[in-house]
Amino acid sequence: MIAISILNRLIMAAVTLFGVALIVFVLLRVVPGDPIAMMIAPGASPADILALRARYGLDLSLPAQFGVWLQAVVIGDFGTSISLRRDVLELLLGRLPATLELAFAALVVAVLIGGAVAVIGTLSRRTPLEPAIDATNGVLLAVPDFVWALALVLLLGVLFPIFPLSGRIDPTLSIDFATPFYLAESLVRLRFDIFLDIAAHMVMPVLALALPLATVITRILKEALLEAMVQDYVLLARLKGMSEVRLVLQEALRNAIGPALSLTGVQFTFLVGGTVIVERIFSYPGIGNMAIDAVINRDLPLIQGLVLVFGAIFIVINLGVDLLAAALNPRLRHG
Amino acid sequence: MTTLSRRQALSLGAATFLTGVFSRRNAVFAQDSSTLTIAYNVNLPSFDPTVGPSAVNPTIQAIYRSIFDQFIGQGPDLSFQPGLLTAWGWNDDKTKVWMDVREGVKWHDGSDFTPADIVWSLERAAKPETGNPIQFVWGGVSNYKIDGKRITGDVKQYDPTFFKWMAFLTGYVMPKAYYEKVGAEGFEKKPIGTGPYMVDAYEGNAFLRLKANPNYYGGKPAFDTVVFKFVPDATSRVAEIESGSSDITLEIPYEEYDRLKDKKGLKGAAKPISDIGMIFLNNIDAMLDKNVRLAAHHAIDKKAIVDRLLKGYGVPIDTLEAPEYDAYDASIKVGYDQNKAKELLKASGYSTDKPVKFKIQTTRGFKPKDYEMIQAIVGMWRRVGIEAEIEVYEIAKHYELRAADQLAPAAFYNWGNAIADPTTSTGFAMFGPSPHSVWNTDDLDNMIMPLWGEKDEKKRIAGWKAVSKYIAEQGYVIPLLQYVQPIVYKDKLKVVPNVSGALQPTLVSKA
Repeated sequence: MIAISILNRLIMAAVTLFGVALIVFVLLRVVPGDPIAMMIAPGASPADILALRARYGLDLSLPAQFGVWLQAVVIGDFGTSISLRRDVLELLLGRLPATLELAFAALVVAVLIGGAVAVIGTLSRRTPLEPAIDATNGVLLAVPDFVWALALVLLLGVLFPIFPLSGRIDPTLSIDFATPFYLAESLVRLRFDIFLDIAAHMVMPVLALALPLATVITRILKEALLEAMVQDYVLLARLKGMSEVRLVLQEALRNAIGPALSLTGVQFTFLVGGTVIVERIFSYPGIGNMAIDAVINRDLPLIQGLVLVFGAIFIVINLGVDLLAAALNPRLRHG
Repeated sequence: MTTLSRRQALSLGAATFLTGVFSRRNAVFAQDSSTLTIAYNVNLPSFDPTVGPSAVNPTIQAIYRSIFDQFIGQGPDLSFQPGLLTAWGWNDDKTKVWMDVREGVKWHDGSDFTPADIVWSLERAAKPETGNPIQFVWGGVSNYKIDGKRITGDVKQYDPTFFKWMAFLTGYVMPKAYYEKVGAEGFEKKPIGTGPYMVDAYEGNAFLRLKANPNYYGGKPAFDTVVFKFVPDATSRVAEIESGSSDITLEIPYEEYDRLKDKKGLKGAAKPISDIGMIFLNNIDAMLDKNVRLAAHHAIDKKAIVDRLLKGYGVPIDTLEAPEYDAYDASIKVGYDQNKAKELLKASGYSTDKPVKFKIQTTRGFKPKDYEMIQAIVGMWRRVGIEAEIEVYEIAKHYELRAADQLAPAAFYNWGNAIADPTTSTGFAMFGPSPHSVWNTDDLDNMIMPLWGEKDEKKRIAGWKAVSKYIAEQGYVIPLLQYVQPIVYKDKLKVVPNVSGALQPTLVSKA
């Protein structure tokens, strides 16, 4: 049953990616900004401009360009970046791990903070602390990731300069990484000095990405916990003398986590999208930062590759969340 | 054996992390004096300084000039000086070029630099298939011959700026043997040059670490290590210098510059650079009326714009030639005169009650206060009888429209000219057949045409001055101001501002 479901999802994923590729390809050629116009030399003749256009395959008709590109993508050739002059796939594979490490660290932090606040809020229901938590969470819910980023830059970067402001690793450190997963690799190689440095560089971007998601988790999880706390099984457990903390963590949380998990999955895609601006602010070398340069330079092959990668990430996240939800909920697991 | 509870383990982990962070704090925030950390405003997309879009990006030249040497060097005042060529020139009838090559120079891999590298670099740059954007210049000379340390070449098409380009975009000497051995991809992975610094580590969108070249012919550089941190966000650059994470930064908002330069431990330098702000006029619609063009120019109070919007950091200009340029003529003045603007408009039947209408396009945030400047100008125009509608677009759209000659009657833009020659400012901006020009009329093109190949330098410069005067009289373009580049640095440093705008590590030393 699950295998068929996964197969269906994979087929749908391929169709979705094709749709994304088509839409992006057309959009990029319709929106203003010709990459060739940005490269024309002052003394270039019309013939030079035509030659430049042909060099990047932009002299073909739109369907022909799409056909050539799609055919190449299927065999793993994403083309060559116009601005970076390197293989697009190689660039994406080189930068994606940085973004993944950042996004997953942010997810973990968001779940920990959001979960902790929701539990505290539930435990402090009907006390003066509860409205304070709700009100604060309500206000913070409206703060987007880039505002968090700028606030963190000023607070932890300038006012109390604790954490590094930019980059993924201290530029003066010398280490040859074998993989682009620096954080994981430094841990595996027991290079704790490097691990700490990378982690320190991640603190501010991770917080900027995590805090908006944490507020959402808090709100949803707390509502679900409050609902669960008045259910019969909780009342029964309370009658058995179980403490409030154990009631929340052992009884209510297990049943309340479903809606929060589904929503976290959806919100996580927004978090990944948020890496674009957050990576830029912190000069973090992931695909988000690269995406901004690609757009500024109208680097069509790179933008197309990036959008496909983002599309694939979103599909994988949604698939993962559905599978996890099915695993946690027997009703979903058995259709 | 001690058993840790979950809470104790978590506390221990957090404590270890924070201890680690704080112990590294010194390394992060106070590099030793042998390291120079620059919070740079752009990313380095590619290491090859001769091909692709980054080769013609003036902002990146500071990095390229650190790793590579140009054929001809350039001082911070834009003067030309010996580089890998120690002497150069034309023969009397300008049919041949000659160049003397510096001896005793080594590539970063230890191999000898030779005249063959110069010839190979020039021939490679001239080949259209290599993708050098300035091929139209390099293709003007061919048939190079090496005789000892002297190289000669035949001039196919005389271009008076040929040697000037050797200190400008794509004018870099590349390692023939090494490049042929490793290829383009190998070169991107491990680039070498003859410049003062060698590439040590690179992380795209994050940093470039350079090590001093101990064999540099100009002597060992002042710093053992130079780190370019790529910080495109201006707020983050301010934070970098304010927190002490970087030693020097540039291109920050003027308000922040004023605040930071007075801060303890920091200093500031703000000097005019070879980058100007201007309004392109297109020869369409209302701009076909000379009175409208001149009125639009006379109605702008450039000094007020510089003083109020740019906090005094700018130099009003009346031609596309800035004061440091070869064909600058201080006598050409247009002047702010609202009454004159009204009279000119009246002569064409326009007034504040019956304004002339057209569109002006501008970027927003691409250059300091660009949109605000245009807003102010539109306000000034309104007072004399010009009603302009502002359209904001991205810079990519500007390039597209300009290449297709479809810009609005007025469009704000900036223009850089780090070799100070009139062909690379007035020439390419105003000569109709140039893909970068906007105004396109025969009268002006006929004036400019003979100057491209003029062999008498005095006559050539005088010719360009006459062109500037004619443009001002006809109102074919509205030059606005010369930009000032703000640089903030730690007071332990000494910085020589570069008129070209390239913040080269070689221009920074210990105070």
